[in-house]
Amino acid sequence: MTEHLTALWHWYVTIATIVSLIACAIFLKMQTTRRLPKGEKAELHGNVWDEDLAELNNPLPNWWRWLFYITLIFSALYLLFFPGLGAFGGKLGWSSTGQYQAEVKQAEAEFGPLFAKFEKTDVPTLAKDAQATAMGQRLFLNYCAQCHGSDAAGGKGFPNLKDKDWLYGGDPAAILATLNNGRAGVMPAMIDAVGGEEGVKEVVSYVRSLSGLKHDAALAAKGQAKFAICAACHGQDGKGMRALGAPNLTDNIWLYGSPEETIAESIRHGRNNNMPAQLERLGPAKLHLLTAYVWGLGGGEPPIATEPAAPTVPAEAPPAAAAPATASAAPTKK
Amino acid sequence: MQATASLNHPAASTSVSDTYNYKIVRQFAVMTVVWGIVGMLVGVIIAAQLIWPDLTMGIPFLSYGRLRPLHTNAVIFAFGGSALFATSYYVVQRTCQTRLLSDGLAALTFWGWQVIIVLAAITLPLGFTSGKEYAELEWPIDILIAVVWVAYAIVFFGTIMKRRTQHIYVANWFYGAFIITVAVLHIVNSAAMPAEVLKSYSAYSGVQDAMIQWWYGHNAVGFFLTAGFLGIMYYFVPKQAERPVYSYRLSVVHFWALIFTYMWAGPHHLHYTALPDWAQSLGMIFSLVLLAPSWGGMINGIMTLSGAWHKLRDDPILKFLIVSLSFYGMSTFEGPMMSIKTVNSLAHYTDWVVGHVHSGALGWVAFISIGAMYYLIPRVFGLRQMYSVPLISLHFWIATLGVVLYIASMWIAGVMQGLMWRAVNTDGTLTYTFAESVKASYPYWTIRLIGGVMFFSGMLIMAYNVFKTVSAGKAYDAPIPQDLPAGSTPMPAFAKAASPAQGD
Ligand code: HEC
Ligand code: HEC
Ligand code: HEM
Ligand code: HEM
Repeated sequence: MTEHLTALWHWYVTIATIVSLIACAIFLKMQTTRRLPKGEKAELHGNVWDEDLAELNNPLPNWWRWLFYITLIFSALYLLFFPGLGAFGGKLGWSSTGQYQAEVKQAEAEFGPLFAKFEKTDVPTLAKDAQATAMGQRLFLNYCAQCHGSDAAGGKGFPNLKDKDWLYGGDPAAILATLNNGRAGVMPAMIDAVGGEEGVKEVVSYVRSLSGLKHDAALAAKGQAKFAICAACHGQDGKGMRALGAPNLTDNIWLYGSPEETIAESIRHGRNNNMPAQLERLGPAKLHLLTAYVWGLGGGEPPIATEPAAPTVPAEAPPAAAAPATASAAPTKK
Repeated sequence: MQATASLNHPAASTSVSDTYNYKIVRQFAVMTVVWGIVGMLVGVIIAAQLIWPDLTMGIPFLSYGRLRPLHTNAVIFAFGGSALFATSYYVVQRTCQTRLLSDGLAALTFWGWQVIIVLAAITLPLGFTSGKEYAELEWPIDILIAVVWVAYAIVFFGTIMKRRTQHIYVANWFYGAFIITVAVLHIVNSAAMPAEVLKSYSAYSGVQDAMIQWWYGHNAVGFFLTAGFLGIMYYFVPKQAERPVYSYRLSVVHFWALIFTYMWAGPHHLHYTALPDWAQSLGMIFSLVLLAPSWGGMINGIMTLSGAWHKLRDDPILKFLIVSLSFYGMSTFEGPMMSIKTVNSLAHYTDWVVGHVHSGALGWVAFISIGAMYYLIPRVFGLRQMYSVPLISLHFWIATLGVVLYIASMWIAGVMQGLMWRAVNTDGTLTYTFAESVKASYPYWTIRLIGGVMFFSGMLIMAYNVFKTVSAGKAYDAPIPQDLPAGSTPMPAFAKAASPAQGD
């Protein structure tokens, strides 16, 4: 940090500080007067205000003077050993950046192997390992619980990670991909596409009918006709599409909720959701443990033997780029 | 109970120039009580919101984030500010033995200050804020503050200039330092580029902005919440104790040391941040140096009582004043300790800081203001004392218990939070999630709320007592004594030979 100081500032800070400390000491010395012998009382200073306000002229209490001197001496010594006098870094060579780096290095040396030893083990095996699960849970509580809840059951807008319903996929590779790079679930505002408020009502009824919820059959029939524009993402059958993170609308499991108004809100304004990327922050070893922990919560899907290139994406799906293109428009319409 | 014998009223013939301007004192004194109640009520509400987050049912302008700055502004600037205006106008006139320089400008400061407070009470809940703590108000209000403050400075220093006493009484040094410094702090820190009527951007950016903000923030503590209230101390403690100030010399030394050292201490709010290490260190060491100058004020106040300790037993006003000095001593010991980097790494961001704040704000600032108001209000309404002295006693005890509960619970909660946040498991992961530390804090927040409600109830008792006093008395402007010996102030009978006047 000290490199920001020009020579001028360095000397300015240094001289001002030293002069200030010395000036305090000189001032204190100057104001030190004869101590009162035992029995002698202090005199009045001489002036009187507002009828009876006067001041005695007691000398400075001794212990108080020494308290003052001691803090000055401590300060001078501190500045000798620690940064303070401008660009002079202090005899100990300490810096807050240095301290931080040293602590991180030490933590890595101490804790790194604990996590690294699990890296070779596959996810299903790890999920049965008590120690790995305990460590994974601690990581989860530290880094994930604020959004997904300490029991991982999620909340409005934050997916439940314990059930078998996945936006992006519940096999180890899909979960790891979610953690590594994050996810952005984007649905554009559809109100115009469905023909205004009336259309929204119809489509809402249809969406509710897919999950067997109470709905107006006549409206739902009209909505079904309009669902074609939704099918591009949610699939013809409404079962969703993992490549886009478009939820399954038929299972009565909701990211935002099943009330008509909530569904209408999704359709009217669209949705824009974000799972932040973790790789840079936590590194591969911890993410491997976290993947196993999430996978083992109850909804894990069997590992896919070969790395899936793109088989889950149906050919007629809109190009993935279509989603981000609409992303910028969605929030401003909220 | 009834103890409201009237002072001798001066002959009706006295003209305005023969009396002190007590009207402005009455106005600010009454508003001190009013704003104290408002500000502390908001404090009680936000303390309750921390326990029941849905207390205000999601209404945006009653949300915690909007009410918190309303609380700090109301208690510091409305309550504390009114107490400072009231007492400084009272003290400067009486110790200079002259009427205020200008009644008109003084009235401007009263009405201007009230308008500013009302504007703050409207804009903050609506979410208009510059985002700088204790300087949240947007630029048009900032300009109004600057105008009122300049008027205040003219009235105050003008009155000093036309004083009829030879020397300037020590209380006025502190009030003077407070007025000048707050003007400088306010203008520098609030410098901003307006974007709209109620939106502006700070003139500074990055770490410089942070440094200016906390240079301001800490000196707001040092000059608004300390120097000004030391001015109150230097008048009301010797008056109520009827004893001379303990040491003139000590007042000189601690005055200069205090105002000099405070200027450096701001960086202790920015430990372990992007602020360069050297600046953090300077903030830390000068905070330690600040201990002695702060305690100088406490010693001078408490020792003023020597020879009259018995008065403390049955004078509740003196109790308020002396206990406030003990809290002042406590928080100015605690502050330097918290400025040490290793201690700060534990205390920072925790409720320990909130406890420290309120040991200063409730224990020192509110206590001394309350004591001074109990002394001053009957006098400016032509009475010898408050309607009920036992009620002052009751106020004292309920408030003392309230502060103790508040501070003790925050200390425990703060240290607990600090320790929970840094606890790690054998694998290096944090032992507790943040939410767990929040959960563990609930009992202490509940105790704090109880303490806060007690302190607030004390203010209601005060309001009742003040109401009864004001109804019993009537507006009274004391005559200015004319008997001034040529050139110098008179010496009282008990004075010995004057010691060589030196250093003033
Ligand atoms: C800032 C909030 C936030 C944090 C922190 C967070 N997540 Fe998420 N996570 C989300 C959101 C929002 C989604 C849904 C994204 C979407 O709708 O496209 C999500 C989605 C996921 C998914 C995909 C679920 C599915 O159904 O496919 C997994 C797995 C996941 N998170 C795991 C984690 C883990 C493990 C952590 C901790 C390292 C974590 N998250 C931290 C907000 C967060
Ligand atoms: C461009 C792709 C796309 C289109 C077109 C689309 N959606 Fe979506 N939809 C999504 C995505 C992605 C999400 C998940 C958003 C999130 O993660 O927050 C979603 C979420 C929803 C939800 C919320 C589900 C829940 O669990 O709360 C509903 C309801 C919904 N869509 C209905 C529709 C309907 C009806 C249409 C057609 C009118 C439609 N969507 C069109 C991509 C799309
Ligand atoms: C009934 C009395 C009071 C109660 C119940 C109360 C309560 C509170 C609460 C709950 C907070 C927020 C703490 C947090 O964010 O965790 C707070 C902050 C604050 N209060 Fe009070 N308060 C009271 C009186 C006062 C008084 C009289 C003053 C000043 C003279 C004051 C000055 C402050 C300050 C400066 C802060 C901000 C502290 C910080 O940012 O660290 N309070 N108060
Ligand atoms: C020698 C005197 C003092 C010193 C050295 C000092 C030091 C400190 C320190 C180190 C902090 C914590 C900063 C942080 O970690 O965030 C702090 C906070 C604070 N102190 Fe003091 N203090 C002193 C006296 C006082 C007094 C007398 C008052 C009140 C009347 C007071 C009011 C405050 C306030 C309001 C804050 C909170 C600032 C914020 O909003 O974060 N201080 N002080």
